[in-house]
Amino acid sequence: MLGAIPTLLLVVALAFLMVHAAPGGPFDDERVLPADIEANIARAYHLDEPLPEQFWRYLSGVVRGDLGPSYRYRDHTVSQLIGGAFPLSIKLGAMAMTLALVLGISAGTFAALRRNSWLDRTVMTLAMTGISIPVFVIAPVLVLLLAVQLQWLPAGWSGNEGGTRFVLPVVSLALPQIAYIARLTRASMIDVLASDFVRTARAQGLGTRAVVHYHALKPAMLPVVSYLGPAVAAILTGSVVVEEIFGIPGLGQFFVRGALNRDYTLVLGIVIFYAALVILLNLIVDILYAVIDPRIRQR
Amino acid sequence: MTALRSTWSRLGQNRTAKASAGVLLGVIFISVLGPVISPHDYLQTDFDNLLRPPTFSDMQLFGSDDLGRDLFVRSMLGVQVTILVAIVASVVSLVIGVVYGAVAGFVGGKVDAVMMRFVDTLYALPFIFFVILLMVAFERNFLLIFVAIGAINWLDMARIVRGQTMSLREREFVAAARLMGVPWPRIIVRHIAPNLMGVVIVYVTLTIPQAILVESFLSFLGLGIQEPQTSLGALVDAGVNQMEGAAWMLLIPAGLLALILLCFNFFGDAMRDLLDVRDAS
Repeated sequence: MLGAIPTLLLVVALAFLMVHAAPGGPFDDERVLPADIEANIARAYHLDEPLPEQFWRYLSGVVRGDLGPSYRYRDHTVSQLIGGAFPLSIKLGAMAMTLALVLGISAGTFAALRRNSWLDRTVMTLAMTGISIPVFVIAPVLVLLLAVQLQWLPAGWSGNEGGTRFVLPVVSLALPQIAYIARLTRASMIDVLASDFVRTARAQGLGTRAVVHYHALKPAMLPVVSYLGPAVAAILTGSVVVEEIFGIPGLGQFFVRGALNRDYTLVLGIVIFYAALVILLNLIVDILYAVIDPRIRQR
Repeated sequence: MTALRSTWSRLGQNRTAKASAGVLLGVIFISVLGPVISPHDYLQTDFDNLLRPPTFSDMQLFGSDDLGRDLFVRSMLGVQVTILVAIVASVVSLVIGVVYGAVAGFVGGKVDAVMMRFVDTLYALPFIFFVILLMVAFERNFLLIFVAIGAINWLDMARIVRGQTMSLREREFVAAARLMGVPWPRIIVRHIAPNLMGVVIVYVTLTIPQAILVESFLSFLGLGIQEPQTSLGALVDAGVNQMEGAAWMLLIPAGLLALILLCFNFFGDAMRDLLDVRDAS
């Protein structure tokens, strides 16, 4: 569990070095300025210091939650930009995650209970399709079908108030995860349903519902719980695309803008922020895992 | 090599795998041949025929885009670029993964522990963001995209190769080589690596669709392949901007990308099942 801090340190060092090892400075693509003005700019952003000193300055800032000034949004610090955009992103992400867990676990359980039936085969074929097709293909096609052609839902974010504007982004974000979780649940549920304690429970006269609810569901959730970490990473990645497609002013959109504008500090800050978030969530998943599985708690 | 051959022959009995491989080969064949036969060029703009719907006249089977460029030729070029990037990136990940995994598995002990601990650490990170960081910091070029995508996909390969190497290390022929005083890097190259081939080739088919995903993700965001070159991801991006008037510009590249990924995944899945069977025996 203490591994989280060295990991984070590694992340900051790697990301910092990647940016600073690059040829050219952050302001190279702008107009040619007189030499002394360029020197002033470099001094203002501490770019004239030796690299170890810059890294130390950056690192001690990160510890205090200060990710430095943005190179493009001149009046804002990176921390301000992240703080402003992140709440919307996490709202979308949490909604998508909830939807994925509820639908994925139910579909996977039903498929496992009716193994090799037409229902099982349909669910699994759909799941394979859902896993294979990336978010940036699903989302525009859903928009084309449900918003442009049928006009049931709004296509964009701005200019539309109310809950309906959440539907398409959340669904497109959740679909691949629903598919993945359904496959995981089905596989592990089939394993668990074949185990001795389930047979014992059945022998005692418990119905399928009760067996699943009281005995099988919890152990069958272990692979799903350990998938939560990668799922969060996948949803973060997907949110970048979804926010871009629907024009949602979240963190993902800032990230893409920053990347296209070559706003070094903003991109660096968001990468570190995302990595810290994923590391933190993985830590929570580890704890959750121990809560569910008593065998791990004993170690 | 006999193991590899038996894997292939069993793969031939799997109908899904055979169909997927057939479709893939067909798509690749058309993507290479199509642009040669077509009278159009991927760069040629035609301002009299902007956003022309798919039509048989003039061989514009997929219509034209908002600059009047032929979408069939551009899509086929996109397929070529997408698959090329994926294959090269997979080879990069193969090389890194095999070397890393073989060294960790063969040397063992503390070196192995530290090396695999590093892999575990990297597993937990949202790697694609680091690739984007690389794209921002360096000039965007083809080579960098290959290397960056390969560099994020080697972790699985390293783990599998390490496991295989650990079991190979205990075999008599390796012990014999050691007794004769062959240094360990040479043992890895001459004795371990050839025996890893089967598993590695099977596993590489699973990394290709992942590489395709990463490349098209980057290109979709405008951070990957740059105009006038194109890839399926970049074409989907262009299609999104025109979808209200010209749905085909979105649906054709999106459909092609989905088809290719689906085929690779079905094929890879069948391969993995075979791999499991062989591990069990």
